[in-house]
Amino acid sequence: MPDQLRVTVNGTEIVVPPGTTVAAAIVLAGQACRTSVGGEPRGPLCGMGICYECRAAIDGSPHRPSCQVLCAHGMEIRTDE
Amino acid sequence: MNSLLRQEFDVLVVGGGPAGMAAAARAAECGLGVGIIDDNATLGGQIWRSSLGAAPEPESLNWTERLRLAGAEVLRGRVFQQPEPGVLLAEGEDKLYALKFEKLVLATGARERFLPFPGWTLPNLMGAGGMQAMVKGGLSVKGKRVVVAGSGPLLLAVAAYLRRHGAQIVMICEQATWSSLARFGLALLRQPGKVAQGIQLKKELAAVPFSANSWPVAASGKAAIERVTVSRNGRMEEIRCDYLACGFHLVPNIELPLLLGCEIENGCVRADVLQRTSIASIFCAGEPTGIGGVELALIEGQIAGLAATGRDSEAQKLFRQREKLRPFVRALDRAFRLRPQLRSLPSPETIVCRCEDVRYSSLREHTSWQGAKLQTRCGMGPCQGRVCGPATNFLLQWDPESVRPPVFPARVESLAFMQNLAEPRA
Amino acid sequence: MSQPAYDVAIVGAGIVGAACADEFARRGMSVAVVEGDLVGGGATAAGMGHIVVMDDSEAQFALTRYSQRLWQELRPELPLEVEYEPCGTIWVAADEEEMAEVQRKRDFYTARGVATEVLGPQALQSLEPNLRPGMSGGLRVLQDVVLYPPCAAAFLINRALKHGAKLHLGQAVTHGGQGRVRTADGAEIGATWVVNAAGAGAADLTPGLGIKKRKGHLVITDRYPGFLNHQLVELGYLKSAHTVSSDSVAFNVQPRRTGQILIGSSRQYRAEHPEVDQLILARMLRRAEEYMPVLARMSAIRAWTGFRAATPDKLPLIGPWPGDRSLLVATGHEGLGITTSLGTARILVDQITGKKPEIPIEPYLPSRIVPEHAHA
Repeated sequence: MPDQLRVTVNGTEIVVPPGTTVAAAIVLAGQACRTSVGGEPRGPLCGMGICYECRAAIDGSPHRPSCQVLCAHGMEIRTDE
Repeated sequence: MNSLLRQEFDVLVVGGGPAGMAAAARAAECGLGVGIIDDNATLGGQIWRSSLGAAPEPESLNWTERLRLAGAEVLRGRVFQQPEPGVLLAEGEDKLYALKFEKLVLATGARERFLPFPGWTLPNLMGAGGMQAMVKGGLSVKGKRVVVAGSGPLLLAVAAYLRRHGAQIVMICEQATWSSLARFGLALLRQPGKVAQGIQLKKELAAVPFSANSWPVAASGKAAIERVTVSRNGRMEEIRCDYLACGFHLVPNIELPLLLGCEIENGCVRADVLQRTSIASIFCAGEPTGIGGVELALIEGQIAGLAATGRDSEAQKLFRQREKLRPFVRALDRAFRLRPQLRSLPSPETIVCRCEDVRYSSLREHTSWQGAKLQTRCGMGPCQGRVCGPATNFLLQWDPESVRPPVFPARVESLAFMQNLAEPRA
Repeated sequence: MSQPAYDVAIVGAGIVGAACADEFARRGMSVAVVEGDLVGGGATAAGMGHIVVMDDSEAQFALTRYSQRLWQELRPELPLEVEYEPCGTIWVAADEEEMAEVQRKRDFYTARGVATEVLGPQALQSLEPNLRPGMSGGLRVLQDVVLYPPCAAAFLINRALKHGAKLHLGQAVTHGGQGRVRTADGAEIGATWVVNAAGAGAADLTPGLGIKKRKGHLVITDRYPGFLNHQLVELGYLKSAHTVSSDSVAFNVQPRRTGQILIGSSRQYRAEHPEVDQLILARMLRRAEEYMPVLARMSAIRAWTGFRAATPDKLPLIGPWPGDRSLLVATGHEGLGITTSLGTARILVDQITGKKPEIPIEPYLPSRIVPEHAHA
């Protein structure tokens, strides 16, 4: 198990320790998780997989509640779809 | 593509927080087949959420070990439907669980209550527990200015936690009045365990400004929150911050109990002395029966686990401990009740339903949750009303309707479960 | 007895009741709408909001076509939240037999001036790439539309209110006929005409109406913009709508303006309870997955049921009820309530005001189901 994980957020690579959630990685990358129907940038709210504000596309799978998914090495995270 | 996993248990516990762990451990210790299912990577629920790089809480480790030794099986998934009595469907990463049970213990915990105010949808504005969960999940707050606001004992615990992780807690704003808090403090004195906790927190937070009778009025910033205006004992004060950790106490997660037909009283699952619900084979323990904290959850969980395996007399031995905690539950409820002033927090343009971006002005045209839902789509998003429901209940006294499956969003292929199929679809 | 308070009292504020209220009010009559629950509730809230021409029979075609034209005329007035989208329908043919049906429909519609396009397998695939490969083709009906029915019903009610109609909400109707509507709180509203637009509950109000409830299920997903472009319906749908006795499912999906996908459809007989029926839900979703495999991994955020009002001969009841000079019926629209609501209101009000209806009304007259009043 590598000491650090490399993941990409909207094409930009960042390095995070194992045990980091995708939601945390997105916030660390300075990005919003999603855009609301009215065009607002949104980030995590509840942190426990209930509010669905942290939805992101992880490795091609859209609408994953990212606060409940742990980063894996090489993961591709997109919030810009 | 889902793989279908069918399992049978004598006792199935839904929820891996303190109540669920206690129930599963006690049930499994008598030798019956016990399963416990939770949607997080590790057990502990919210209060004992594991943190990357840090050791788990000792009590959490203790119960996890008891579970393991007793042979309870731990599953990771989220229950969303009851296709027929005695079976629950739960969705995992690429799995669909069909879980058959004789007895069920619901320990689904609680979630934070969010109240809308101008700017509350800005990024880096999270729940108090939400902020803590994010930091445990790797978000760094070293050197960041954090304001903690809302209501409830959670605020202090979160402030202390964030401070230990390098955050600069600029202020804690509690909406309750000083006299409510004083009365709560007196009630705490009767709970020795909590006194020790309280003293510890007080020491840690000695340097942090704590303001009762205070609440956020507006948040602003460009791409994320940059400042929050708080009403501090009646006077407006603007505070620069990098994060706002804001939650207004807790609401019980009663969606699954509702789906299963358990009777609800005052927004909580009705349970008898043995933690049995209105349905004979279903027990409920912890926050869904009433917000009461971790000690009560552990006792209720144990009673439920014992009762579910027919050991009523052993369960009765715990009644006294549960009784001793009742005053704390009542005090908690009284102290942190929401003040009516909070009803004027949202402006007409404030978004109330975050999933569908429905503004307060649109909602006020309607007289019921059902009517508003139909015409504005408030509550029709993926949160299924878990965020906007408690908010509109407080703001407009609306009662959300009964629940329908799925009680959490689930993949179409998971919803398409058929009981009598010999094997999963090709 | 004193002068009745209203010219018309309409029972039911679903899409049909709302359309009737709007039509009566705009023609200068005094209108009361009496609804026990919500505006736009019942089947109006539960259904798909698909405005579609149908060719099961001349009578069905005439009413759907007429009413669809009325929706087109209404379009400029509709507010944004009605989400009127002229995305069109594609009737999907999975095999050569269904392709023959495509040709038959095409000929039927062409002869009656409805614009259609026959799609071969490649054309179908390029228009709807998420359909599984191997389909034989389909028939694209360009003028079909989708909208959000609860807001459409609210629009029509609000327009009626602007023309002086009155809305009585929240009390269940216990009696409707003999010139009055009575509600559960004991209140009574007198009217020259009473319209039973109570949908699935219509037979409770007017015994002998012969309306049966036909339960349906729907599922809606999270947002997947660009996934689906037309309302897609399998050609087996018609066979399902036609069998009278067995529960059935059919592939029927709709793109909403939000990018959410609405997945249907099912029909159940003798199912009175509103709970989601897992077995039917599963059959419906599996049928949908057969046509669009990618649906399987999509996030489904809600499922619900509704009750359509069905008549024995699959045509609605629109007109006077024999045996009660004050009672008019406007119900039994099964799955075509949204489509035919505007046309229903027009021909009903035409009958009352003595204006010549724009389509023949005999096939829909309620007298046809009452033996001693049926015409030859």
